[in-house]
Amino acid sequence: MTRETKRETDYVLRKVEERGVRLVRLWFTDVLGQLKSVAISPAELENALEEGMQVDGSAIDGFSRIQESDVLLKPDPETFETLPWGDPNEVSARMFCDVLTPTGNPFEGDPRQVLRRNLDRAHDLGYSFLVAPEMEYFYFANGDPTSPPQPLDSGSYFDLTTLDVADDIRKRTLGMLEAMGIPVEYSFHEDAPSQHEIDLRYTDALTMADNVMTFRLTVREIAYERGAYATFMPKPLSGVQGSGMHTHLSLFDTTGENNAFHDPSTELGLSTVGRQFIAGLLVHAPEITAVTNQLVNSYKRLIVGYEAPTYVSWARNNRSALVRVPITKPEKSTSTRIEYRAPDPACNPYLAFSCMLAAGLKGIEEGYELGPESSNNVFEMSDSERRDAGIEPLPQSLDAALRAMEGSSLVAETLGEHIFEWFLRNKRAEWRDYKAHVSQFELDRYLQAW
Amino acid sequence: MDPLLVYPDPPPRELVQTLDLAGYAWEPLGGDGSDVVGDSWAGAIVCANEDPEGAWAVCRALRKREVPIEPLLLLVAGTQLDELDLRNELFDDFCLAPFHPRELEARMRHLSWRTGQETRPDTVEYGPLALNLETYQAALDGEPLDLTYMEYELLTFLASNPGKVFSRDTLLSRVWGYEYYGGARTVDVHIRRLRAKLGEKHSGLINTVRSVGYSFGQSRWGGL
Repeated sequence: MTRETKRETDYVLRKVEERGVRLVRLWFTDVLGQLKSVAISPAELENALEEGMQVDGSAIDGFSRIQESDVLLKPDPETFETLPWGDPNEVSARMFCDVLTPTGNPFEGDPRQVLRRNLDRAHDLGYSFLVAPEMEYFYFANGDPTSPPQPLDSGSYFDLTTLDVADDIRKRTLGMLEAMGIPVEYSFHEDAPSQHEIDLRYTDALTMADNVMTFRLTVREIAYERGAYATFMPKPLSGVQGSGMHTHLSLFDTTGENNAFHDPSTELGLSTVGRQFIAGLLVHAPEITAVTNQLVNSYKRLIVGYEAPTYVSWARNNRSALVRVPITKPEKSTSTRIEYRAPDPACNPYLAFSCMLAAGLKGIEEGYELGPESSNNVFEMSDSERRDAGIEPLPQSLDAALRAMEGSSLVAETLGEHIFEWFLRNKRAEWRDYKAHVSQFELDRYLQAW
Repeated sequence: MDPLLVYPDPPPRELVQTLDLAGYAWEPLGGDGSDVVGDSWAGAIVCANEDPEGAWAVCRALRKREVPIEPLLLLVAGTQLDELDLRNELFDDFCLAPFHPRELEARMRHLSWRTGQETRPDTVEYGPLALNLETYQAALDGEPLDLTYMEYELLTFLASNPGKVFSRDTLLSRVWGYEYYGGARTVDVHIRRLRAKLGEKHSGLINTVRSVGYSFGQSRWGGL
């Protein structure tokens, strides 16, 4: 234990004592991006911090391996936060954990370790990776899947009406997020009924992935507390916008002073590194889509007619493009960034950030050339116009995305063999189940006609 | 925190004000220094500009003890510099009178650091904010403020130096103290997290100083 870690550990132990924390929740994430939690008493904490907490990994998605099912949870003391909801007399706290093998090596099935490894690689190349996602989600009256979801209001984009009951839930959520050190940039009512958006302020990718996990739980907890239900399902209602997780990305040098994407002498203010990063994202977009959009339902959001990308293209201010380069003030060098618009909020943020980073870095390392900006609205072009312009479609189903991922050495390297194989196997099974299912759509359409 | 001995009794008004504002405990020293008892003194400040002979006697007495009282800071007038030549062993540092309060504070801080004396107070308070350096507790308007370790360290550093502007680099090296992945952006990110936790009402305690860095609250010395 280094001196610094020792001090951090002391700080956490002291804090638990002084604040009268009753339970410490050790959080980690499975391969699909579900938050897992093991609660321990303060008495067990010191040992957990020093040696890790042994748990049986065989019941956890993507962790199971027949020979060695035990894993060690090693809490990261810098992530210690008390949870601001619940009874103030029964304070509980959480810490994110790195998952290790019983011998203390990084466990290859742990998404947090995957992201750490990819950030280390970026660091070796001289970069630190910053991200800022825009989180969209819906509030419904309940989470009962057997009846159609009931929106809480019929408001739309930026609506501010007394009818907006969800506004109160969102406001309380913001307060909770801020109390946990998750600063929010904007929050507003989105386009669809009962749809909301909260934009998180940029931070390093590891903290942000932790924040996304905390965010999803907080939004759900506060909705539940107020008798509503929040969902990050990408497309819960047909005929209206789905929920995306547009992610703003930038690279800084390791001093953190210089934005590697910024070059004021160019028209877009975008450096060669920035252009190569975009090129990398575009070239590898089909391969990483299964990770950024991992559900059967994700592909019902990625359709023409809504503000979701369906083609591999980039543009300055065209919201149908897959990569958008937001216009920034030339003197604000820190804000030069790009926005990757495919991901949805049901992704595993550790894996999704890893893949976006790896695709972009590949572009830099290989010196990919960025093609011309797509000036037209790609939705309105005909298939042949798109072909002539070299604009490929994004995978249109989970099946297509998995096929693109299967052949990708980039994704295999990024995720590591263990997660790569498990993910493909698990998602193939999801696709098979979906394919075998007879839906209401089919009954409505065919039962009487044929 | 152990008190400082201050000669003469009563000490000059500006000295009292400076020590009180900086949060130092002190006690006046009236006689020639020979009757000082106990060893729990954080050091001494001796004013030699009014009554140099008395002051030298006090310095000698404090130095001659079995456990000498140190550090010893001398306040002298500009015209007395020659008198210091043969008396180097009597003091650890000196400050010209009239002195600037910030200079005196900085010299005291540096002296106690050099002599290994811990004169850092146990609590840092600023307006609604209270930080206990002993227990790591933080409170805002009397309510507990839950911070992570680095947030706590950053806030403590800033709040211990109100009004002082720090560059991101300085904060990185002083607070993080080791090479950290995000470099300067790490500082920005933590400042934002702190502001979020301070809430809308108090987030203004941390000021952004454009193209320089950050500062906390107002200096006790106004615009200086």
